[in-house]
Amino acid sequence: MSILVYIEQSEGKIKKTGLEVVSFASALAAKTGEGDVVAVALGTISNDELAAVGSAGASKVLHCSDARLDAGVILAHASAIAQAFAKVGSKTLIMAKSSLGDAVAARLAVKLNAGLVSNVVELPNTDSGFKVKRSIFTGKAFAETELTTENKILAIKKNSVDLKTDGGSAAVESLEVTLSESDFNSKITATERATGEVLLPEADIVVSGGRGMKGPENWGMLEEMAKTLGAATGCSKPVSDIGWRPHHEHVGQTGVKVAPSLYIAIGISGAIQHLAGVNSSKCIVVINKDPEAPFFKAADYGIVGDAFEVVPKLTEALKAEL
Amino acid sequence: MKILVCITHVPDTTSKIQFTADNTKFDSTGVQFIIGPYDDYALARAVELRDQTGGKLTVLNVGEAETEPTLRKALAIGADEAIRVNSFPKDSFFVAKQIAHYAKEGSYDLILMGRESIDFNGGMVHGMVGELLDMPSFSPVMKLDVDGTTVKMAREIEGGKEMLEASLPLIAGCQEPIAEWKIPNMRGIMSARTKPLNVVEAVSSETQAAATSYELPPAKGAVKLIDKDNVGELVKLLKNEAKVL
Ligand SMILES: Cc1cc2nc3c(=O)[nH]c(=O)nc-3n(C[C@H](O)[C@H](O)[C@H](O)COP(=O)(O)OP(=O)(O)OC[C@H]3O[C@@H](n4cnc5c(N)ncnc54)[C@H](O)[C@@H]3O)c2cc1C
Ligand SMILES: Nc1ncnc2c1ncn2[C@@H]1O[C@H](COP(=O)(O)O)[C@@H](O)[C@H]1O
Repeated sequence: MSILVYIEQSEGKIKKTGLEVVSFASALAAKTGEGDVVAVALGTISNDELAAVGSAGASKVLHCSDARLDAGVILAHASAIAQAFAKVGSKTLIMAKSSLGDAVAARLAVKLNAGLVSNVVELPNTDSGFKVKRSIFTGKAFAETELTTENKILAIKKNSVDLKTDGGSAAVESLEVTLSESDFNSKITATERATGEVLLPEADIVVSGGRGMKGPENWGMLEEMAKTLGAATGCSKPVSDIGWRPHHEHVGQTGVKVAPSLYIAIGISGAIQHLAGVNSSKCIVVINKDPEAPFFKAADYGIVGDAFEVVPKLTEALKAEL
Repeated sequence: MKILVCITHVPDTTSKIQFTADNTKFDSTGVQFIIGPYDDYALARAVELRDQTGGKLTVLNVGEAETEPTLRKALAIGADEAIRVNSFPKDSFFVAKQIAHYAKEGSYDLILMGRESIDFNGGMVHGMVGELLDMPSFSPVMKLDVDGTTVKMAREIEGGKEMLEASLPLIAGCQEPIAEWKIPNMRGIMSARTKPLNVVEAVSSETQAAATSYELPPAKGAVKLIDKDNVGELVKLLKNEAKVL
């Protein structure tokens, strides 16, 4: 039986999390001997882009090219995926935990009468029953969860899967779905999106600044470092509250939860609510002039010093090395 | 307008998370409980909307008796009545069923929730309730205005936001900056004592994905400090030791 994987796109490109979830499904299929991996993608995307998903282990990609699905219309996406699930005759749906993914997964859980586990961090344990480990309390703990339904949906936490890259090219098949008027009962009137930048939730490296940066005029320094590293920029909550930086850059308990390979925190004290958004990072570097700043306790590497002195020097050293 | 706000009763964001010795339950010793931060945004916006348009604002929690102080706090912030569905919230589906059942009877115009709870971080209950009630659900919503039956919203998307228009009734999972958190004032606290807090029993006990045990992540090793005059050393460590460059 095939495992179905919902892969998200943004402006015609499959997101990195798309490859992660296909890799997860491939590993699951290999573990349970449960057949192949079929991905489903919605909206305008090129065939080459879709076929490339094969590298992560998908044998086939079902593509519904209806341009109304380019935007993340929650009901319409849920309806299309439910139809793909029925068509493939699958019992397991794998997808990414994301702002759109959450909303779609929840509706699908009810539609498909499927148990849903979100924030999954490991392959399920299928020795007896179907047990899944998920991250809870914003990364501060894990829960083992038992899925008791025949149909199952797992939403995978980003950066918790090793990417598979040695698969082949996937066959792309068009998917016909019937969408009703009521699937589009909201109207998107405008979209504002930072383009050309590395998006924070997807970034592999994040350079983040706090109130210690003193003012928005000093962000050039962080942007320069971010550019050198191909990183996204982030900030603490007070920084976006005062309006030094846009709201979508705010990291933490009440903001974006990031899980990059490298998180560089500059002039951020490391309040527990900020740490809640970064505790899944692989490596944390802290630059703070106060040696007692709590962030040092959560860091792998630290420099005690004035950001205005350390950051330009560090950027130069990075430029020399990269 | 009839508004329903669903709130969680969760450990304060500064709490140390611990479990009982056999790792099967959350250990609430010494923990202070609060309204979930996202639910608090939903509640704040609901109070503003009720004050603008009139009508009634109900808060609901699915939880055992210990959650009542949290519901009283919501009443002090400005809700008109509170409902407690008397049951431990076993999993998201179970909670969604309770809310859907109650909301159907109440025929609300607007149901506001938090984007996600901060204990289980599912971000799922609003979508499940939406599907159970066949009502549209939107999340994460960072702005919400009501004009007659038209609702204008901003929803966060990765790297930005989209502006949306939809019609009542609908469900929204809220996050900042939809409204500023409200702190109860003396008058609110006094009146909360006499506002109705009704307890109803759960309608079904079906679960699909309940937690069976818990664990904490391994403790973090000590930080390696690098001299501020030797930043090159940090670059080397990131490259050769941490292997993240
Ligand atoms: C319910 C709730 C939810 C919250 N959610 C979030 C959240 O999601 N994200 C979040 O970030 N916060 C959140 N907060 C706020 C959090 O508690 C802290 O107030 C906030 O993170 C502090 O931001 P900061 O570190 O930038 O500022 P500060 O605490 O003011 O720290 C500034 C730091 O900069 C250092 N510094 C100053 N000058 C320099 C210099 N020249 N060079 C180097 N270092 C310097 C200082 O030593 C200090 O450590 C939340 C709070 C609550 C109650
Ligand atoms: N036990 C509960 N009682 C009332 N509302 C809840 C409960 N659990 C979750 N919710 C609501 O659903 C939202 C999303 O929760 P979750 O899906 O757990 O992340 C929360 O922010 C609350 O508004």
